Amino acid sequence: MIPAAFDYVRAGSAEEAVSLIAEHGEDAKFLAGGHSLLPLMKLRLAQPTVLIDIGRVNDLSYVRDGGDHVAIGALTRHMDVETSDVLREHAPLLAHAASHVGDPQVRHRGTIGGSIAHADPASDLPAATLALGATYVVQGPNGTREIAAADFYEGFLTTSMAADEMLTEIRVPKMGGAGWGFQKFNRRAQDWAIVGVAAWRRNGDAGVALVNMGSVPILASSVASALAGGASIDDAAEQAAAEADPQADLNASVEYRIHLAKVLTRRALEAASG
Amino acid sequence: MTTTDATTATAPGVIGQRLLRREDPALLTGEAKFTNDMHVPGALHLAVLRSPYAHARITKVDVSAALQVPGVRAAYSGADLADLWAAPMPCAWPVTDDMKNPPHHPLATDKVCYVGDGVACVLADSDTAAHDALEAIDVEYEALEAVTDLEDALSDRVLVHEDLGTNTSYTWALKVEESEGAVDRAFAEAAHTVSERYVQQRLIPMAMEPRAVLSMPQPFGGDVTLYSATQVPHILKVMTAITLGIGEHQVRVVAPSVGGGFGSKLNVYAEELLCVALSRKHGVPVRWNETRSENTMATIHGRGQIQHIELAADDNGKLTGIRVRLIGDMGAYLQLVTPGIPLLGAFLYAGVYDLPKAYDFECTSVFTTMTPTDAYRGAGRPEATYAIERAMDALAGEVGVDPLELRRRNFIPTESYPYEAFSGLTYDSANHDGAATMAAEMLGYDELRARQAEQNVDGASKRIGIGVSSYFEMCGLAPSRVLASLNYGAGGWEAATVRVLPTSKVQVVTGSTPHGQGHETSWSMIAAEKLGIAPEDIDVLHSDTAVSPLGLDTYGSRSLPVGGVAVAMACDKVIDKAKQIAAHQLEASPDDLEFAGGAFTVKGSPDRTMPLAAIAFEAFTAHDLPDGLEPNLEAQVTYDPPNFSWPFGTHMCAVEVDVDTGEIEILKYVAIDDCGVQVNPLIVDGQVHGGVVQGIAQALYEEAVYDTDGNLTTSTLAEYLVPAASDVPPITTGHTVTPSPTNQLGVKGVGEAGTIGAAPAVINAVVDALSGLGVRDVPMPASPLNVWNAINHAQEAPK
Ligand SMILES: Cc1cc2nc3c(=O)[nH]c(=O)nc-3n(C[C@H](O)[C@H](O)[C@H](O)COP(=O)(O)OP(=O)(O)OC[C@H]3O[C@@H](n4cnc5c(N)ncnc54)[C@H](O)[C@@H]3O)c2cc1C
Repeated sequence: MIPAAFDYVRAGSAEEAVSLIAEHGEDAKFLAGGHSLLPLMKLRLAQPTVLIDIGRVNDLSYVRDGGDHVAIGALTRHMDVETSDVLREHAPLLAHAASHVGDPQVRHRGTIGGSIAHADPASDLPAATLALGATYVVQGPNGTREIAAADFYEGFLTTSMAADEMLTEIRVPKMGGAGWGFQKFNRRAQDWAIVGVAAWRRNGDAGVALVNMGSVPILASSVASALAGGASIDDAAEQAAAEADPQADLNASVEYRIHLAKVLTRRALEAASG
Repeated sequence: MTTTDATTATAPGVIGQRLLRREDPALLTGEAKFTNDMHVPGALHLAVLRSPYAHARITKVDVSAALQVPGVRAAYSGADLADLWAAPMPCAWPVTDDMKNPPHHPLATDKVCYVGDGVACVLADSDTAAHDALEAIDVEYEALEAVTDLEDALSDRVLVHEDLGTNTSYTWALKVEESEGAVDRAFAEAAHTVSERYVQQRLIPMAMEPRAVLSMPQPFGGDVTLYSATQVPHILKVMTAITLGIGEHQVRVVAPSVGGGFGSKLNVYAEELLCVALSRKHGVPVRWNETRSENTMATIHGRGQIQHIELAADDNGKLTGIRVRLIGDMGAYLQLVTPGIPLLGAFLYAGVYDLPKAYDFECTSVFTTMTPTDAYRGAGRPEATYAIERAMDALAGEVGVDPLELRRRNFIPTESYPYEAFSGLTYDSANHDGAATMAAEMLGYDELRARQAEQNVDGASKRIGIGVSSYFEMCGLAPSRVLASLNYGAGGWEAATVRVLPTSKVQVVTGSTPHGQGHETSWSMIAAEKLGIAPEDIDVLHSDTAVSPLGLDTYGSRSLPVGGVAVAMACDKVIDKAKQIAAHQLEASPDDLEFAGGAFTVKGSPDRTMPLAAIAFEAFTAHDLPDGLEPNLEAQVTYDPPNFSWPFGTHMCAVEVDVDTGEIEILKYVAIDDCGVQVNPLIVDGQVHGGVVQGIAQALYEEAVYDTDGNLTTSTLAEYLVPAASDVPPITTGHTVTPSPTNQLGVKGVGEAGTIGAAPAVINAVVDALSGLGVRDVPMPASPLNVWNAINHAQEAPK
């Protein structure tokens, strides 16, 4: 519960952050809300030698209407995602998912960029943005590039972002009035999901992503294609775990996780169709 | 939380008022000082290196690299410190003469026996330096097999302590038979029997404040002052002296504000002894702060039993015999009262029921390679209550009657109190049917049964269940002679001093040690009621062995029925002495004086009166006291209770279970608790609320899980699921008031009642909801996974 010694520097802008990480190299880490990184450091499971604090890069804290999408700055706190009028109107699924992250303290500190960069398969926002077909904007020494959410998550806590890149913006396509459902199953209100499902439906289209059903957030494309092929919700939900590779832990066996994914997918789709 | 105060009798005066706790402003504003808040310049910080193995031989400990870490002053292996201990760490409850108790020292030397066992330590200028240095210590282990299953431990396949030749610490029995073979006969002749097996999972007490220790060598006036987040400064003082070979009079122990204990701070811990020993060795203050992850493995765990209970009953479901076989999980070593915990439940496996003398209880307790267990809120009694209350539901199913009706047929009738139980113990007073009836009304038992019949049809995705649990608490631990018969190493008395100062302000000194219970409020109310003065004029001193030298501290819901009663008795003594002074001053016979409203008055002459304030000053100046009377107005009482006190009640719970996911929602929770006279009903409600939540926590959320290698996999609050406010349902409390006839206040104690009543009420409700699907039991905690598995097993089982 006492982290190993580390140095601390504060970045005033994304440019400065990117040059600091280039300067300090491998063992440096960005510190955003600290709500994933600091617990790991306290358990000494992470021992970065330098923390580059980007928590006060305030010009990366915003939610903007970008025309066909909503643009969210990486340093936007979960609470601001949850309460954003723009998101409530154009991507209510994401605003709602943010309201289920941890407890109010966590939501006031944690950032959407930190959540996505950390790429914890048990976190809510990676799956929610994946279901919505989001694009992530990252900035590195050679400028910015866009990565589709579907190409971002490579393995447990690893992404296709390079070590010297910083996530700066999340772009979520407007939902255009699609129905949606978000199911988070946990034992205590403030916990990570044992299994979660984010789903939307509009005419023949659908997007479904699963929380904590593998080493990365899972896009349940079989469900979407079953629906596109005219399957009933019940039948489509049976496909929920087709892309998943769940692990057992204290809260769930593999079979139970698969079962939950199906039940929760059905419920999310029912909500999305209601 | 909703509270319905159904108190039927409220005494006039101070006792019975819902006064806000005087302790709370300081606690809520952060003003209260805990051990860790005390700034002591020059103190060294202790950190303990803990074994990552559940069971291993230590082949090498090299601390030299730790000494190179900046800020480090010293580093020691267990062997380096072996000479400091005059005696092993204490176990004060050798339950049988042949009980096996392996030597247990603050740091291990040859072998580690659980993950968290201390192997080396560091002293440094800061906590962070000390923790950094731990990583530099080189320890080599030769791993041995872990023992984490009680039945496996019993088989002696792997021995935790080879020198003992067995993993069994003791076997203890309580056999009560009117005539030989009575129990066997009861079972042979029974119309109905049930035979059930329940597992009491291990629990982590998780007090909000982890442990903290600060030991200060004294330049004069004694040898050392030990500040500790402890429930038991008095016991700790004696045990520290014995373990370190210091004169008891040289040790002062102070428990500053203590943030909860639940039994986990009812102990003598390695770190307390290390801090004292090292502060004496180095001649400087030494302090230690437990981290949360250390707390989960280096502070005792609770529960940990496998219970086999069999009930025999006649045609009507009236109990005729009970047989209980327990396996108790001691963990790796015996801590202060580890072996006694199952015995505290031994008398309660017949619950609140009228049982003939046909009772057979036997407990075998084993060592395992897990954190030692010890007292945890309720200590033995929640376990016993769980077993009998779950088994009563099983019996109700067998007999084919409603579970509440079965209980009514078996309740000890109100008119038979005081009731001599099968065990020879006398239960003081109770009205079980009254509490059950009130609970049923407040829950809406009959309406819920009707709703259940409608809802729980084939294919229903949500099913309703109702759980009943009637309990006895058995507290006020305890008459010293009874403790002697159980081989307990101390008495059960409590001391109080009441001191009226010259200005008539009052100091109450108690040997009972609060750590969240509100003693200051309650004791001031008792003294205020007795002395006829305002509670604000009374200070309550406690938790410092220099201020309250006599005491046996706080556990087992004993404070009020023993310590609180002692305060009342000390007030009586003060009043007696004051009466002599008043009689002298008023020139009247003491027999002609009346004491009321804080003043003595000559009967029939209202103008001849003398207030306590004036008497206090007379007693202080001593200018004109009756011949032979000592100055000052102070009295001390040491009270040894003649009996346990027997709080009782009925809890009821209604749940809805989502059959698709196994999720449980508590629809309604009603707790009817009768703790006799309530000194402060607000505090009673608080105790019940907290207790019920801890019981619900055992039923639905919490479990210390070990993997087969003996690693604690729930070592942080992310895995060990303490329910938060948002996870707990509204709790409706109600009370009947059946005063205890054995003490002058009529009080019984309420610290553990909620925990005792809650877990069986919840699990009975869950099983009741699922009984239509063939489910007969759901293991605790009834997590969604466990519920889902139970449903699947029942559905797969051949019909
Ligand atoms: C008690 C508790 C409960 C929680 N419950 C939930 C929950 O229910 N659901 C849920 O989804 N989450 C939960 N969380 C996690 C929370 O949402 C975190 O805030 C989030 O996962 C990480 O965001 P952060 O800003 O705190 O990132 P940090 O902890 O600061 O950083 C996390 C990682 O991402 C990197 N990083 C951060 N920002 C960037 C960036 N812009 N570019 C590149 N790398 C970056 C850091 O270097 C670090 O490696 C919980 C956390 C706690 C403490």
